[in-house]
Amino acid sequence: MKRRALSSLLLHAALLLLAVVTATPLVWMVSASLMADGEANSEPPPFFPSEVTWEHYRELFTRLDLGRHFLNSLLLATAVTLSSLLLNSMAGYAFAKLRFPGRNRLFALLLAAMVIPAQVSMLPLFLLMKSLGLVNTYWGVILPSMATILGIFLVRQYALSIPGELLDAARIDGASEFRIYRTVVLPLLQPVLVTMAVFNFMASWNDFMWPLIILTDDARYTLPVALANLSGEHVQDTELMMAGAVLTVMPVLLMFLALQRQYIAGITLGGVKE
Amino acid sequence: MKGNKAEVRAALLFLAPGLFVIGVFFLLPVAGVFLLSFTDFDIYALADAGNTRFMGLRNYQALLQSDVFWTALRNTLVFAFVGGPLTVAVSLAAALLVDARITRFKGLFRTVYFAPVVTTLVAIAVVWRYLYHPRFGLLNRVLGWVGIGPIDWLGDPRWALFALILLAVWKNFGYNMVLFLAGLQSIPAQLYEAARIDGAGVWRELRHITLPMLGPTFLFVGVITAVGYLQLFAEPYVMTRGGGPVNSTLSVVLFMYKEGFRWWNMGFAAAVAFVLFLVILAVTMLQVRLQKGVGE
Repeated sequence: MKRRALSSLLLHAALLLLAVVTATPLVWMVSASLMADGEANSEPPPFFPSEVTWEHYRELFTRLDLGRHFLNSLLLATAVTLSSLLLNSMAGYAFAKLRFPGRNRLFALLLAAMVIPAQVSMLPLFLLMKSLGLVNTYWGVILPSMATILGIFLVRQYALSIPGELLDAARIDGASEFRIYRTVVLPLLQPVLVTMAVFNFMASWNDFMWPLIILTDDARYTLPVALANLSGEHVQDTELMMAGAVLTVMPVLLMFLALQRQYIAGITLGGVKE
Repeated sequence: MKGNKAEVRAALLFLAPGLFVIGVFFLLPVAGVFLLSFTDFDIYALADAGNTRFMGLRNYQALLQSDVFWTALRNTLVFAFVGGPLTVAVSLAAALLVDARITRFKGLFRTVYFAPVVTTLVAIAVVWRYLYHPRFGLLNRVLGWVGIGPIDWLGDPRWALFALILLAVWKNFGYNMVLFLAGLQSIPAQLYEAARIDGAGVWRELRHITLPMLGPTFLFVGVITAVGYLQLFAEPYVMTRGGGPVNSTLSVVLFMYKEGFRWWNMGFAAAVAFVLFLVILAVTMLQVRLQKGVGE
């Protein structure tokens, strides 16, 4: 019995240590964002602010106008999420449930293309956007993310379980294919759609490289691009930069805490291969 | 595969928007990068595409002779194949700890471990730049308590890449942990019961049941981690001012970005992109091979 208590103690000590190591950077980020100017760089550097101040957050929204970039990010992530939900669910459903010649070959082709990382496409994509006049526009950010192979794959896997008789019954009743998709399929897909919405929103919010490339005008920068830009100019302003980091991280972190179950379900759905 | 006319037409309509987006904004550019890599497309061509000339393999020749490229490739491979296994090891340890029978507050620990995964990489890179500060950084302060002298994490070429690896482990281990937890849950309980009847201890259970049964998960987790790490970009962009000190954290993608979008040597950068594609393809093929070996 004693041995058991000891191993339980050791186990929980290890768990706790790892939790402290994991949480510390995030806790310090919040803590430092509330310190007075220069306090984080005093000797010895404190972990908690001697006095809480909100001045850096005020400065973010007034002098640095980060509110604008926050709205840019919010707008783009929302647009990407909604449009990709629609396009991916339509295509995924078609691959799972509609019979047409060449279906399996086309799907296999898409899956094979999943190996290619997005960065490989970015140089020609930029030239394409330039010829379309979409450099430095919101469309330039949204368009390439409006449909994803992974999203189509996830919807298809989920839609395979929809009973074909249900669809056939609706057809016999004279419902059009689009009506079937809207009134029968979409409600059944709801769990996977919620998961994908969380996924896509976060991925779009956190995205950095493509917005950095395609957005050239400061006013259109998303939050991560603006933050990266500011952190170069304000290297010494630790507290201010931590406030900016908190502003960037908090929306997705809170979203994760609220919708944790759906998010983690998505990982195992995509992760369990074959 | 047959289908009636109405169904085929519906399928086409449902597929068209999604496939159009993927075709035009992903597959077409991927094909384009291959063509682009055989040209001298640069800032003059950007103004007038007529200024582009066919170069044959000269971009690739230049690439192979570029010391900076080899440095970037070496850094990227080190990041992927040192950082990858390290991440997988921490993920596995975390999963085993959380999954243990006597562990309490499992959900809480899992949430805390997972939180870094969802955070914005750029913001986190900004935070860690301060954690790594030689004088005021938290890390050196903690190391100071155990008598380890101040390390200039991001300023010393011997440490900078390792510093980025540590950040990556912290940020990503929670993701793999979730996959390992799913793998652990799929191991039949009877195996453990049988082992207990035979009097096997915790370590023997781990060695003879848990780890072998996790084989397929290991492979999958290892490869997605390595492939993700081969795309290293934001960390050096934000933390080491674009790959410093003395290119010790320059990655292949960062090199491509600088050549292509800072100096507008897009033909040359396209060759870099194509090499990146080949490296990632090779790692993925290796997975397919190994997967057949493991069986399943």
